[in-house]
Amino acid sequence: MPQSSDHIVKAFDEDIGELRALVSEMGGLAERAIGDALHALTKHDLETATRVVEGDARIDELEIEIERRAVQLIALRAPMADDLREAVAAMKIANVVERIGDYAKNIAKRVPVFEDHVDIEPLSILPAMANIVAEMIHDVLDAFAARDAEKAAAVIDRDRAVDDFYNSLFRALLTFMMENSHNITQSTHLLFIAKNLERVGDHATNIAEMVYFAATGEYLEDRGHGSDDVGGEESR
Amino acid sequence: MNNVGKNMNDVIPSPVGREAPKDSVIAQETLKMKARNVDVFYADKQAIDDVSIDVGLENVVAFIGPSGCGKSTFLRCLNRMNDTIPIAKVTGEITLDGEDIYASDMDVVQLRARVGMVFQKPNPFPKSIFENVAYGPRIHGLAASKLDMDAIVEKSLRRAGLWEEVKDRLQDSGTALSGGQQQRLCIARAIAVDPEGILMDEPCSALDPIATAKIEELIHELRGRYAIVIVTHNMQQAARVSQRTAFFHLGTLVEYGDTSDLFTNPREERTKDYITGRYG
Repeated sequence: MPQSSDHIVKAFDEDIGELRALVSEMGGLAERAIGDALHALTKHDLETATRVVEGDARIDELEIEIERRAVQLIALRAPMADDLREAVAAMKIANVVERIGDYAKNIAKRVPVFEDHVDIEPLSILPAMANIVAEMIHDVLDAFAARDAEKAAAVIDRDRAVDDFYNSLFRALLTFMMENSHNITQSTHLLFIAKNLERVGDHATNIAEMVYFAATGEYLEDRGHGSDDVGGEESR
Repeated sequence: MNNVGKNMNDVIPSPVGREAPKDSVIAQETLKMKARNVDVFYADKQAIDDVSIDVGLENVVAFIGPSGCGKSTFLRCLNRMNDTIPIAKVTGEITLDGEDIYASDMDVVQLRARVGMVFQKPNPFPKSIFENVAYGPRIHGLAASKLDMDAIVEKSLRRAGLWEEVKDRLQDSGTALSGGQQQRLCIARAIAVDPEGILMDEPCSALDPIATAKIEELIHELRGRYAIVIVTHNMQQAARVSQRTAFFHLGTLVEYGDTSDLFTNPREERTKDYITGRYG
């Protein structure tokens, strides 16, 4: 997708650039929070877990800042067409990224629950799942900054893998719990963590749809996502 | 209605891969003005190139575009104001209620009563407020009595949203009113001869925001009763007052669509560059 040419009013470009930078910063923090939370979980690193929990405040602050800037841009610059769609998308994306931050915080909060040495085998799969969702967040926000509809659409395709991860983890953890009732507490926590990551994947997908709309003005038709229906919960 | 739709699509093809918005078709019963393949030349210079457009009662139409794009020229074709320019030549077809307004037997004075015009600068006659409104109905013989005329003047001023402000001083000079009031007086004057359409050429560009808001509210009130076309440089105004917007550039109609679509998701790159304030 070709980049649009500059606005005649240069300050308008600066405002949009600043808004994009804030969204990028926020997305970067959320992406890192997911990675750090998983690192804390697998290495039982309580310090990192605390840092993730505390770091969520900055993500919340950025959401408010982005909303403020977007409202200001709409009021002062009266953006039209793709500029208007981008300002609105920035607000909506900030709202979703804030929730992604909450999921990372939620995962980090569970770290102390686990013993020093977690010998539950499914735990080893979680980092790979977390890697995919962190990449999805990264790529979808790159797509937003570049107004790249195709890149955004490509992110959606990856959500299927996340759902597949979740489904197989669900079965593995269920088996684990049935084998030994002592595993139930830890397995349930891991299941919640897996569910959180699965939700982050859904949120990245939602952002991709927003980016697609902002870039093209068209709604992305439903591409047939994977499902996580084993959990009996609506994922989308 | 389907026939009209087909016709519209023949004349203004939608870009490939995008369907025309559902309500781009103007219902036959409310269709007032229809222009087909209109060209305008000023001597050798072509000012309008093959413009086709429908104007209905239900939708206020806004013409936008950079200076010199031909939007005012085209507006003036709709009630033959270009006739006053000797070197101007208009070809193509423009109809009002199916009647060719460029037909040789068309009474141009009558036409301009049927399609009134409001200009950028309010231009009341240097006469009383009452006389400003009464002048048109009188020369067109619309009032049988003094009572009739009083009723027409009151009704016109009411519709123009001016009655309450001037009812106690109808004999004051029209030029003594504020700019916004003068503009509404000009609208009352256009309404007084019971027109079918009203053309407005930058009607608010000399007015302050409050007076502008009053005119915009008035346009909203008049919608449905008259076919209204407004030329404006103010895109927010076009977005506020119109349901359909036409973007002109270098004498061509680049895009004509629902205002809500055109300002949020224009089909044409040139439209987007213009409305978002980019270098084309």
